[in-house]
Amino acid sequence: MRRSLYNAIFAAGITFVLTCLMLGVQLGAEGTTLTVTGADATRWTWIGIGIAAVFFVQLFSDKVDAFFGRIPKPNLAALKPEETKWRRIKPWALAALVVVMLVWPFMASRGAVDLATLTLIYIMLGLGLNIVVGLAGLLDLGYVAFYAVGAYTYALLSEYFGFSFWACLPIAALLAATFGFILGFPVLRLRGDYLAIVTLGFGEIIRILLNNWTDLTGGPNGISGIEKPTLFGLEFSRRASEGSQTFHEFFGIDYDSSQKVVFLYLIAVVLVCIVVYLINRLMRMPIGRAWEALREDEIACRSLGLNRTVIKLSAFTLGASTAGFAGCFFAARQGFISPESFIFIESAIILAIVVLGGMGSQVGVICAAIVMTILPELAREFSEYRMLMFGLLMVLMMRWRPQGLVPMKRPHLELKQQ
Amino acid sequence: MLTLRNVNTHYGQIQALHDVSIEVNQGEIVTLIGANGAGKTTLMMTVCGSPQASSGSIEFEGEAIEKQPTSVIMRKGLAVVPEGRRIFPGLTVAENLHMGAYFSDKAAYEAQRDHVLELFPRLKERYHQRGGTMSGGEQQMLAIGRALMSHPRLLLLDEPSLGLAPIIIQQIFEIIEQLRDEGVTIFLVEQNAHQALKIADRGYVLENGRVVMSDTGAALLQDDAVSKAYLGG
Repeated sequence: MRRSLYNAIFAAGITFVLTCLMLGVQLGAEGTTLTVTGADATRWTWIGIGIAAVFFVQLFSDKVDAFFGRIPKPNLAALKPEETKWRRIKPWALAALVVVMLVWPFMASRGAVDLATLTLIYIMLGLGLNIVVGLAGLLDLGYVAFYAVGAYTYALLSEYFGFSFWACLPIAALLAATFGFILGFPVLRLRGDYLAIVTLGFGEIIRILLNNWTDLTGGPNGISGIEKPTLFGLEFSRRASEGSQTFHEFFGIDYDSSQKVVFLYLIAVVLVCIVVYLINRLMRMPIGRAWEALREDEIACRSLGLNRTVIKLSAFTLGASTAGFAGCFFAARQGFISPESFIFIESAIILAIVVLGGMGSQVGVICAAIVMTILPELAREFSEYRMLMFGLLMVLMMRWRPQGLVPMKRPHLELKQQ
Repeated sequence: MLTLRNVNTHYGQIQALHDVSIEVNQGEIVTLIGANGAGKTTLMMTVCGSPQASSGSIEFEGEAIEKQPTSVIMRKGLAVVPEGRRIFPGLTVAENLHMGAYFSDKAAYEAQRDHVLELFPRLKERYHQRGGTMSGGEQQMLAIGRALMSHPRLLLLDEPSLGLAPIIIQQIFEIIEQLRDEGVTIFLVEQNAHQALKIADRGYVLENGRVVMSDTGAALLQDDAVSKAYLGG
């Protein structure tokens, strides 16, 4: 009891200090001087109520915990059919999912399809970072740099050399992979916190470079008017540019701007399917297990004759190329990119997706990407409190599902019992 | 099979091994005993190329390996069970064993896996259990099993008895003898001098980075100086 009283006073004190500074006083400008104005009485009442709430929750924390403990947790395992049954339905379920994903946009609203496209981009990014952080255990805080490399590859090649989206897709992936390789070399010896700092720095370097190399990248103004992808040369605009044809003319239908949105969505679906398939194969291959082994014990890996340089670099390079892929598509979808799109918070969101989903788990990452992109959209009125909600989400996860939404389950074969 | 000639090893400025010469012949169990800090583990790590010897030569089956990187050395038919086991705690027994056979083809992997499971029936019982959830003895069995997965001709063991109960140590040493009878050459680094010398064909005594004595296992066991220093009188 004494301990919880102490805790309660301490927590209430912290809440008091924080709320007073953040909500209680406001800075204002009066002519050239800064003035500090206090909040009105109703706000102070709310602050008082908040502090009291914190105090009492802490004071009776045992009872509160017990209460929450009694809420039955959803039994996710029960939702999944039995192993043998699941194996039989799995291909059908996957096929149904793909069909739904392909048919759905023709019925949904334009905004929903657009949001889905954004979600798919984050799924790609999450899956890529999952290789680096989830499997190989290399904490990368500058992942957005590779995303930027992919996006700028397409934007620049399209602007200066007139390359098409489809040609740029592999180029962007390759170039991002090269950057991953270049970054990978100096950081091979680092792990944990030190690696995180270096990658964080790398992410900032790329962003600042893009911001300041005005001649090439347009600096903070970014690059606009990036060409949209075409379907075998058919454009999705009202009027065709010289020497090409538009989609609606070719098929003799009326022009509708939502065609373009749906088309972009479908490209994203295809790209995500490719990425999911490739990474799934990689995880089942020996290299996938080598990543995990390296995360577990580096010395043991070396004692088994594994070359840690190759393993680490392959993880870094493959992760980066996925981001390049996503970046290229992002530039094409957006039509405009600037360094603003590649700030640190993006890296943090992608990392949050990986951690939230359950490190190493593909299904988990996909679920988390959906949650992390759709939730902020649903709670648009609270956009000011977005960071607060992320924080809350993380705390809740730590308490109830520290292993992630859908923790990783490695594929394995049963050994026949003789 | 394994020959070290005048090997010196440095950690930065500090010299850990001084002119060490050791010979391990085909089909032998050779043991290296010594006090803490004598350089036993350093010697074993030097054979594996991490750290590399600063001078001297190391030959494995007639081939000089002292300048080669660890990842190349470890694929040549020698395997090491590192000090403190170092299994992959989050991977299952099956996956740990699979990692040991990373460079083998499927048939060789399956044959060797069955053999290892025969040697260590306990691993079969725990086949789908995560390595980190097993007892110390089982983990040591897994570490040895994993090293055997690459079908080595020479097995380097670094303190396999570390932190294990006497009965388990007994089992481990029996397995080591069994491996020797199957034709695997064993180089055993041990603190547990009594046990090690009992099964060893020959032994070396390392003191402050120098080989101070070498003889057959039985002779070292009888030796006054050795028994005073390492066997407790």
